[in-house]
Amino acid sequence: MQEIPINTYSSPTVILDLIYRLKVKDVMFTNLCCATMDTTLREIQQLMKKKKITGVPIVQGKRLIGLVSMDDIIQAFDKGYIDDPCKTHMSRNIIVLEDDMPISFAIHYFDKFSFHRFPVLNKEKELIGMITSRDITARLLVEINKEMEQLEKKQIGSKPLHPSNINGETHSYNIIKHDFENAGYASTQIKKKLKKGGVATPIIRRAAIASYEMEMNIVVHSNGGQLVATYTTDKVIISAQDIGPGIENIEGALTPGWSTANDWIRSLGFGAGMGLPNVKNVSDDFSIESSPNGTIVTCTINLDKKE
Amino acid sequence: MKVSDITQIEGFTTVSLNDETQEVNSAYTGDLLSDVIANVGDDAVLITVQAHKNTIAVCSLSNMPAIVICNGRSCPPDMVSAAEDNDISIFTTDDTQFLASVKIAKALNL
Repeated sequence: MQEIPINTYSSPTVILDLIYRLKVKDVMFTNLCCATMDTTLREIQQLMKKKKITGVPIVQGKRLIGLVSMDDIIQAFDKGYIDDPCKTHMSRNIIVLEDDMPISFAIHYFDKFSFHRFPVLNKEKELIGMITSRDITARLLVEINKEMEQLEKKQIGSKPLHPSNINGETHSYNIIKHDFENAGYASTQIKKKLKKGGVATPIIRRAAIASYEMEMNIVVHSNGGQLVATYTTDKVIISAQDIGPGIENIEGALTPGWSTANDWIRSLGFGAGMGLPNVKNVSDDFSIESSPNGTIVTCTINLDKKE
Repeated sequence: MKVSDITQIEGFTTVSLNDETQEVNSAYTGDLLSDVIANVGDDAVLITVQAHKNTIAVCSLSNMPAIVICNGRSCPPDMVSAAEDNDISIFTTDDTQFLASVKIAKALNL
């Protein structure tokens, strides 16, 4: 029903590239119709009818405090409290998305939860938009059209556009929680790819360290996620994205020696508090974002540096 | 020295010899794999107690051709087969990491 039929792991690279490149903020709509806690459910129902919408966020200033959906309105008619203010009946446990998340996350959420829409918050936790699966499919179709157009153009002109044989590729690897058995596979694939691209050994070494640590972090600390590598002519961008539970103390996690790993993980030689500091150390560009919904670590390694 | 030279070291047992002609120029002793991967030099032999498959991944990513597993620990079969796939040789010894390191250092004329 709400499911978006795109495989976020093994779709063609052009699609994977799209769903990681496009952020929630690129796709969401921002002309929101909001209500406050004192608005009655009947007023909200009239607002829905007038604006042809099926969900209304309830706000206090810029903060999201609840959501009234068509289901809530039907319930209100059924139970006879349609003239009550919405504050006692609105849904308060709301799953939200962050504006900087790639839409692969949003797709995953629509598949996982039965909600028809997700409110979008910025870093300051202010409500800035909403996203529906329709927004995603519409935007994807627009982008796929563009890609197809370029592909057709490319087919007409025969010369390859890029000098390197790995340029433009994106690969993503699914990583499972506590799967020590297969840990290291994604990093090895990235290393092989760079070798094939003729990248200098010290640079491959740095990419291998970064990808291995990021991969192990997903295995050791997260509920599962993906390692995504995007190759261009002059850099490789390696991004580790997981589905939670998030890092409570990011500053701590970036401090060498700081660790939350248990004894079992330590006995395997991991969890020494060196992972993220190692990644940061070898990266030319490094960023980390974390919330209980997931952590995204992105590291860029320049390929054209003389080392 | 070459990987094949490690087979001659007293007290070392060869578990899996793969591409024995590879050069060994240095060594690294450690059980924290994050520390190993961050600091090891090229063509090093790893001296460790971490007898599991992930150690092979670390060696493969860091171009280490050989591992010495210390304190009499044994290697699980999946580790040995991963080593074969990645051309990494495994040796075991009853020595401590310190003693094994000394022996490797001597073999490297350090």
